[in-house]
Amino acid sequence: MAKRVGIEVSLAISEAVKLANVDAIAAYPITPQTHIVEHLSELVADGELDAAFIPVESEHSAMSVCAGTSAAGARTYTATSSQGLALMNEILYIIPALRLPVVMTIANRAISGPISIWNDHSDIMGVRDTGWIAVFAENGQEAFDLSLMAFKIAEDHRVLLPISVNIDGFTLSHVIEPHEFLGQEEVDKFLPEYKPAVQLNPDAPVSMGTVGIPEIFTEAKKCQDEVLKGSEAVVKEVFAEFGEMFGREYKVVETYRSEGAETLLMTMGSVSETAMEAIDKMRDEGKAVGLIRLRLWRPFPVEALRAEMVGVKTLAVIDRAVSFGGTGGPVASEVRSALYSIDQAPYVASFIAGLGGRDITIDDFIMVVGQAERMAAEKEIHQYKMIGVRE
Amino acid sequence: MIEVRVHGRGGQGGVTSAEMLAIAAINEGKFAQAFPSFGPERRGAPVIAFARVSEEKIRNRTKVYTPDVVIVLDPSVLSIVNVEEGLKSDGMLVINSAKSVAELRNEYGFKTSLAQVDATHIAMEELGLPITNTTMLGATVKAVQSLIPVESLVAPLEARFGRIAARNIKAMQRAYDETEIDII
Amino acid sequence: MTKKFNEKAWHEYDLGFMVSKPGCAAEYRTGDWRSQRPQTNKDKCIKCGVCYLVCPEGAIVLAADGTYDFDLEHCKGCGICATECWTGCISMAEEGE
Repeated sequence: MAKRVGIEVSLAISEAVKLANVDAIAAYPITPQTHIVEHLSELVADGELDAAFIPVESEHSAMSVCAGTSAAGARTYTATSSQGLALMNEILYIIPALRLPVVMTIANRAISGPISIWNDHSDIMGVRDTGWIAVFAENGQEAFDLSLMAFKIAEDHRVLLPISVNIDGFTLSHVIEPHEFLGQEEVDKFLPEYKPAVQLNPDAPVSMGTVGIPEIFTEAKKCQDEVLKGSEAVVKEVFAEFGEMFGREYKVVETYRSEGAETLLMTMGSVSETAMEAIDKMRDEGKAVGLIRLRLWRPFPVEALRAEMVGVKTLAVIDRAVSFGGTGGPVASEVRSALYSIDQAPYVASFIAGLGGRDITIDDFIMVVGQAERMAAEKEIHQYKMIGVRE
Repeated sequence: MIEVRVHGRGGQGGVTSAEMLAIAAINEGKFAQAFPSFGPERRGAPVIAFARVSEEKIRNRTKVYTPDVVIVLDPSVLSIVNVEEGLKSDGMLVINSAKSVAELRNEYGFKTSLAQVDATHIAMEELGLPITNTTMLGATVKAVQSLIPVESLVAPLEARFGRIAARNIKAMQRAYDETEIDII
Repeated sequence: MTKKFNEKAWHEYDLGFMVSKPGCAAEYRTGDWRSQRPQTNKDKCIKCGVCYLVCPEGAIVLAADGTYDFDLEHCKGCGICATECWTGCISMAEEGE
């Protein structure tokens, strides 16, 4: 086992990006993502990473530059948060449509207002339908590992789509914790040099980003959707290969002590580890409670989720964003849709918590499980409940 | 698991002290976390930072609500912040103060175990600055022996402080030697 | 025969719906969009090439004698060449029925 190194998660991500030997980085600083690209710019300036670091005047430009460098055949990376991600929105749609394998870290942070620099998932939920693959890390080690795997997934010629690696702002980005790093040789064996399928080249010119008239637009969207859905198989393959090479196993839907559980708590991101502590506590008290964690958010792993529902009566889904006036939290709504047609679908309780940097404590998770079980017993009709609100 | 909360003022290096503690513990083969009380930098305002040290993998990622150890870098926060908040009854309060343990107990009514060192005095003599984060690390590892050995802090301090590392290490060692501990 | 662009199945297009054949717009006959046709009085032509430079469609071609002809398969009849011609040798004539 490699030696554990105590380092800030943001810096561990930068090191992963360096090990991936990226060719181009275009980014604009925004809290809490700043440390990642700050460190990368140092690595480039110090000659430790041979890449073009392209400073820009906004995130809209950052993502536009990423489109250009990726189209030119460069392994391309960026990182952002919150308002920055929102400002990229227009270009976010273009990247997958052009089949450009850009890798982006999103240090998840609430979207204003009120102005908040703290963590929740409203930024990523706002760009849910832009066509990017989206994965979530629960700790620094996963952030490091997923950052490497992201390039391999995105650049696979069956995929050629952009991917966002989501890490909770501050609660992951600013924490010093132990990481096991990989050596350059090991990484090179896992992640070969990027071979673009097509690239902008004056000797063999192509036009990217052309008009799609009504006669072909639907076909274009169908193609994009099929490729995104098909990427789930590649994600699983890459997870498996990484596990085989480095011994750290990843799944698109992860579970914790879910065997025989009648109630499952469902989380996404760094609150999952705190939730495990709550599960241990409830299991010690003899409760049949487990945890299910979404690692892959897009494409949504419908079959993998359904496979975990055997014998489950109640599902308590924690969302960290509000779909204002909607039918449930963003994750809960997807889960309800995915499970609607299965036999003996569990009761899905939708809870909104942990907004704008508020902690979800072990006691909160235990309370949520109890509340979900009560609601299920009473078959309570609800859309979603915000917990921990002062009335 | 030992949970630590550091009280100081913005700019005094409270976050750094939590980080040094965590990195030293990880270098020792333990598991550890260190993180600021997330938010904008506010020089001079009372701020807190957190650390956790454990023999096993740490999963709880919330703030530290019930610390085992509270470190007070700056005596001036004692009168404006309840530094004892959430401190476990068998916890340890490590305070930078020129006052004696008895005087501190008398003035603030502290009930838990207490460690005291005049870190500002040491820092002024060794560093020429009233920055007490490294000095207070020496006091902390003396007061809570189960955290990490004092030697384990040398490498992280050298990596962080470069040419002023030696002076910081000396200040830390002096605090380690001069800390007065009163176990309840 | 290859399918036309609007007959292909969704999986038959180039990656990212890019256009991978340079200059393929030349395959489309746009000459019949025209209501006015350019014509030249070559006696007045000074072979300056301004018409060649300003034509947005690349529908002006260099003739062997250094003057310019029109590719009427593609010329849409916009009249920019006639407006910009220094000597006024290019004029626009109505297309017949």
